[in-house]
Amino acid sequence: MEVFIVNLIAATFRVSTPIVLAAIGETYSERAGILNLGIEGIMYFGAFVGFLIADKSGSLWVGLLFAILAGVLFGLLMGFFTVTLGVNQHVSGLGITLLLSGLTLFMFRLFYGGRSTPPSIPSFQVIKVLPDNPILGPILSQYWLTYVTFLVIVPLAWWILYRTNFGLKIRSVGENPEAVDAAGVSVPAIRYAALGIGGGLMAAGGAFLSLFQLGAFTHGIISGRGWVAIAIVIFGNWQPIRVMLGGLIFGGTFALQLRLQAMGLQLPVPYETFLALPYIVTIIALVIAGRNASYPAALLKPYRRE
Amino acid sequence: MFIVEMQSITKRFGDLLANDHVNFELRKGEIHALLGENGAGKTTLMRVLYGLYHPDSGVIKVKDRPVVIHSPKDAIQLGIGMVTQHFALVPPLTVAENVVLGYQNSFVLNQAQIEESVAEAARRFGVEINPKAIVRHLSVGQRQRVEILKALYRNAEILILDEPTAVLIPQEVEALFETLNHLKQEGLSVVFISHKLHEVTQITDRITVLRDGRVVGTVNTTEVTQKEVAAMMVGRETFGVSRIDTDTSDPKPVLEIIDLCANDDKNLPVLKNISFAVSEGEILGIAGVGGNGQKELAETICGVRRPTAGKVLVEGQDVTGKSPSDLTRAGLGRIPEDRHEGMVIHLTVTENLVLEHLDEFTRNGMLDHKAIRQYADDLIQKFQIKAKPNDITRTLSGGNMQKVLLARVLARNPKVIIAPQPTRGLDIGATDYVRQQLLEQRQRGAAILLISEDLDEILALSDRIAVMYEGEIVGTLPASEATPERLGLLMSGAVKEH
Ligand SMILES: Nc1ncnc2c1ncn2[C@@H]1O[C@H](COP(=O)(O)OP(=O)(O)OP(=O)(O)O)[C@@H](O)[C@H]1O
Ligand SMILES: [Mg+2]
Repeated sequence: MEVFIVNLIAATFRVSTPIVLAAIGETYSERAGILNLGIEGIMYFGAFVGFLIADKSGSLWVGLLFAILAGVLFGLLMGFFTVTLGVNQHVSGLGITLLLSGLTLFMFRLFYGGRSTPPSIPSFQVIKVLPDNPILGPILSQYWLTYVTFLVIVPLAWWILYRTNFGLKIRSVGENPEAVDAAGVSVPAIRYAALGIGGGLMAAGGAFLSLFQLGAFTHGIISGRGWVAIAIVIFGNWQPIRVMLGGLIFGGTFALQLRLQAMGLQLPVPYETFLALPYIVTIIALVIAGRNASYPAALLKPYRRE
Repeated sequence: MFIVEMQSITKRFGDLLANDHVNFELRKGEIHALLGENGAGKTTLMRVLYGLYHPDSGVIKVKDRPVVIHSPKDAIQLGIGMVTQHFALVPPLTVAENVVLGYQNSFVLNQAQIEESVAEAARRFGVEINPKAIVRHLSVGQRQRVEILKALYRNAEILILDEPTAVLIPQEVEALFETLNHLKQEGLSVVFISHKLHEVTQITDRITVLRDGRVVGTVNTTEVTQKEVAAMMVGRETFGVSRIDTDTSDPKPVLEIIDLCANDDKNLPVLKNISFAVSEGEILGIAGVGGNGQKELAETICGVRRPTAGKVLVEGQDVTGKSPSDLTRAGLGRIPEDRHEGMVIHLTVTENLVLEHLDEFTRNGMLDHKAIRQYADDLIQKFQIKAKPNDITRTLSGGNMQKVLLARVLARNPKVIIAPQPTRGLDIGATDYVRQQLLEQRQRGAAILLISEDLDEILALSDRIAVMYEGEIVGTLPASEATPERLGLLMSGAVKEH
């Protein structure tokens, strides 16, 4: 039992990492007033670009770097559509997801066409801390990006949003862009910045799957994690720490579900029920938290002076 | 001598000429009123000065230097501050955060330090405000102080106030005027936009009047009467509406409120056993200082706020707790208090006009656009709305927005009309128009509940007057017995008359 729980906790952090990364990215965007539905596509593209570049260059680090750059780029593209052109945010976001899904498949064919087994590369290895401790050993043996996510990116997001002038501008622009404009701050600049940061984090979440966990790229690699991240942002009420907790709840149920399946329990329900469990938990959590959700007031609203 | 000179400023929106070769000069240390009807171009001119709009032509000089103001950032650097018609504050943030927003170069935001520096600025400029308070919890008057402080904190030497008193209660107006006079002594120059002539004559040194985007003239405040200024604004001298006394010996109550109670947003009782009836062809005026439950009363009757006890009857039928759309069907018409909440400002005028009864323009599940267009054209003509059917509502002047709302409600010939603050922010011409419409509805036989903080309005229109104080009706008088003094006593809570 103890082993079961220790392993479950260890897996929870691992499974949550890509979701938390993406959800924090989405938090930046939505706090600035832009719902980035490009998240699923950006994660997918990030996973692929990271893998491709790592494979071709032989360096996982270079792969990760390019994945993040690609994410920033498409975050900014979202900005171009919604901020500069004033296109509807739902349309732009879904457009980017569709575009990147297509682009990824196309590029996959281009570089790996005709192969029957998915290509794979040696992935990042876990860092072992206190390997001899029976409890902390397994829990603390995690990928470095998991450490960075929970110890740096989440607290940093909180600090930036609430303790810096840049964060003050992001929060303000998502609540009342008129106020930001009248205060002599460029609304587009802040929104672009938030979207760029957000896109980078989303892509890093995708690359975590291909470069750390799997060392491979498959078509179903993201399978809705982006949409889950969006739900988690609402659950977390747009606050980084709560968003992280939401990610952990999802990750925990996901890890639990995997273990229940692996245990091969003879239950009178089909095994798909287990697969659905994390999503059901997400929906329930969302319904409970969503009622008191305080949306950024300017979310979805384009800003124009004239 | 002039701190700001705007020379021959022209600004177009499409084919609409909002400012037509406007000349405007502001002296150092003066309070200068900018007057004009709704849509005259006052806000546009000031938005040009603040860098929010770019003029199509014209020259701006600040302290004798020609300048080009690309954005509010440039304006702030030139020492210009603006308090906009709709406050530009971020409600979930603290006062201090709102004040420093965009005005700090350091990366880190030190809460203790900004609170200290904002408190210091508030002391220096004599503006009373708690820097730690969340703006959402502040009253309108306090929010305005935050806006003013925001400008002063940025070292503004020129302060633009766009209708600063439209939403203030009399006490807050007094406090504002004290602050302004104090700041004027310190050398601040102020542009003051208002529709209230008595305020303008009380506080300003000079007056510039705009009409249809053009300057009619600039005068010294001491040298003109309110009548003369009004004449400059609209080109006629007589104002006001006259109510014909009708004799209803056998009044039939249409709207009855019985022991109505409700709580406010913080769940504290805000309406305490309110009872009254409004008869066919009668206007009942609810007077009172703002914030004594008038807003909540209107909301509760209209089904937007849930009553905790009591009943609302329309023609004897119990409609308590019904949804707003059920109430519309029962014959209740509401002119929303906040024009921006009452309409979808991103939609066109036509769309807003038909919004509440789309079902009537639906044929086989499709909208009948021809019928909609016809209906909108009729209303635009009948209510003299100065807009085209396809104009986006957001771009209308306040007076025309109000006309759209009136048209939407009155076209249904409602049996009961709830009119909270129907002329707030409107110029004298538009105000007369709205009042005239209400009187015509009364003539038609509608029961009208008029809620207003403007005693002149209450006295000009009402058949009976009830006064609200701290959530209660503290007295009801027939119009013939009501004098401003008697009402004033009731409004202050000093006496009760039942
Ligand atoms: N952004 C805009 N786009 C199109 N037209 C506009 C815009 N802003 C203002 N207008 C139009 O320009 C004219 C002048 O408007 P402005 O807001 O300056 O009037 P105002 O004098 O401030 O009126 P009010 O007393 O109602 O505030 C109006 O006819 C208005 O409809
Ligand atoms: Mg205006």
